Amino acid sequence: MTLNKGRMRWHCRRALLELDLVFARFLENRFDQLSDAQLADLQDLLDIEDHDLWAMVNGSAPCPEDRWMPLLSMLRDSGTQDDSA
Amino acid sequence: MKIAKHTYDAVIVGAGGAGLRAALQLSESGLKTAVLTKVFPTRSHTVAAQGGVAASLGNSTEDNWHWHMYDTVKGSDWLGDQDAIEFMCRKANEVVVELEHYGMPFDRLDNGKIYQRPFGGHSQNYGQSPVSRSCAAADRTGHAMLHALYQRNVRAKTQFFVEWMALDLIRDADGDVVGVTAMEMETGEVSIFHAKAVIFATGGAGRIYYSSTNAFINTGDGVGMAARAGVPLEDMEFWQFHPTGVAGAGVLITEGVRGEGGILRNAAGERFMERYAPNLKDLASRDVVSRSMVTEINEGRGCGPDKDHVLLDITHLSPETIMKRLPGIREISIQFAGIDPIKAPIPVVPTCHYQMGGIPTNYKGQVVAPKGDNPNTPVTGFYAAGECACASVHGANRLGTNSLLDLLVFGKSAGETVVEDIQSGNLRLKPLPDDAADFSLARMARLENQKDGTNVHEVRLAMQRTMQKHAGVFRFSELLQQGVTAILEVAEQAKTTEIKDKSMVWNTARMEALELDNLIEVAKATMISAEARKESRGAHVRDDAPDTAEFPNGRRDDEWLKHTLWYSEGNRLDYKPVNLQPMSESVDPIALATRTY
Repeated sequence: MTLNKGRMRWHCRRALLELDLVFARFLENRFDQLSDAQLADLQDLLDIEDHDLWAMVNGSAPCPEDRWMPLLSMLRDSGTQDDSA
Repeated sequence: MKIAKHTYDAVIVGAGGAGLRAALQLSESGLKTAVLTKVFPTRSHTVAAQGGVAASLGNSTEDNWHWHMYDTVKGSDWLGDQDAIEFMCRKANEVVVELEHYGMPFDRLDNGKIYQRPFGGHSQNYGQSPVSRSCAAADRTGHAMLHALYQRNVRAKTQFFVEWMALDLIRDADGDVVGVTAMEMETGEVSIFHAKAVIFATGGAGRIYYSSTNAFINTGDGVGMAARAGVPLEDMEFWQFHPTGVAGAGVLITEGVRGEGGILRNAAGERFMERYAPNLKDLASRDVVSRSMVTEINEGRGCGPDKDHVLLDITHLSPETIMKRLPGIREISIQFAGIDPIKAPIPVVPTCHYQMGGIPTNYKGQVVAPKGDNPNTPVTGFYAAGECACASVHGANRLGTNSLLDLLVFGKSAGETVVEDIQSGNLRLKPLPDDAADFSLARMARLENQKDGTNVHEVRLAMQRTMQKHAGVFRFSELLQQGVTAILEVAEQAKTTEIKDKSMVWNTARMEALELDNLIEVAKATMISAEARKESRGAHVRDDAPDTAEFPNGRRDDEWLKHTLWYSEGNRLDYKPVNLQPMSESVDPIALATRTY
């Protein structure tokens, strides 16, 4: 399957606000630096149902695929602001 | 310019719960049905609904639809139309049992019947005691409902146009609706969908507020399209708010946090709820807490550089208690406020949750507007259901679990009415006007060619901040007046939005500009309708309409027992009576009374 980054950007619009916020920061900070392999993994991750994906991002459910771990970690980190305030 | 044309019996815009339920009715009747949706159906915001769907099945406690009707009228603060409310409550059992037959995995009792749980505002015997009326599928009711309906539609051969954004209604010289224009996101090309009937099921527009629990897709596309096409919007001043959303993000912090001992504090660190509710303090009801928070912020005691939020403090709880009892809340705070609540308090503000108003419809799902002496004349060919529509069953305030019921009942009803109207020959395929797509093409060309324009993100933010400050959960006469001027200025800026990326394929910047055109209509409607309504009722609470002996809760039935209608053209306001008469002659009206719980 060919990867279309514009299409993937749109697929980062989700049914849950929590994921929208996480993906908004991810798109801003990380998305453009992803390798083709990471983009392919992201495409698979975007097919996951929203409640399951949010549970994986917030750590309340285990990640079923090792190859998704780096992306999940990026999603978590890009959603975290500076804690010094 | 040659543009593609698709012809269907019916076109539905939106594929959340209401759109899918309507589509099913049409497809199973053999009508050629297209559903346009900007996201895949099971990614619609219905997924976020957790509470359940109300139906007086009486599986757990004795119940009947008369009691449900009473609760809904009272919840609406008597602004709901009693014919539509009777219709919804009577139909509830039928639509829930249908859903069960479609494979919806409801939680069950040991005897195999659907398990029901209590929910705020729902009662037995006209307000006497709580009732178990909510049918749920764990905490994923909306998600399960969408999947069941989607699978059923696939079986019924409903044709989905996924990742298509509807742009404008097409009305002919008689004012009848004959189709919509839409853009395919993969190509950026505009097409015409020509149909005997158009049903809008596009959801709410909660993104008009800076702090909103709604997903980014909730941009009120159908509401905006209807307004641009000259259809009035009903009761847009009524929005439901939740007191504690994470400031700047909107994600809900459950009431349970205050139940565990969480304390609200202002910039001075003061536990301000002691002043407003000396007995219940932080555990006072939602509206009292929200109003107190807004008063603190408006009087300059808000926190942060912009003094625009208050703090929810749980640092006095032990880390073990927080980790054990509130792990989800800690995660949300870390993710969206950048704050570990074990170490520092969480910034919170009252947050927009649900749109009670919308496109005016009757209980058959027909869109209605004033014509001659009749304020409820159907617009031929046009139907609406779900959060984008105003039937009106929620009136001035919605009860929990009535939103999923609304979309099932009125999605089905709109579908049934279209089937009847087409099969009886009342609706036929009228010719398209010659200029059917011109308006949409002109909007697209304006965006394409705009020079020295405004930035979509900045205008949207200005709109959201204006709405939050001037038409939030607690409303002030002076702020509302200033808000009207302010939102009209923002609306001017929205007319000249410019996008730098002109690519045709998957251009999310263009999508966001088109969405802003819809949001801004809703924002204007809300501000202007709210400024004009000089009373407090349900979710619309004004400082200059306080609770008095003469007018309990600040409600003024002598002047304001009426629906607002806002027209985009000239920002004109009109009003129409509330229908206090139930659908059936044998059903007694629920008489006006003070809303107390």
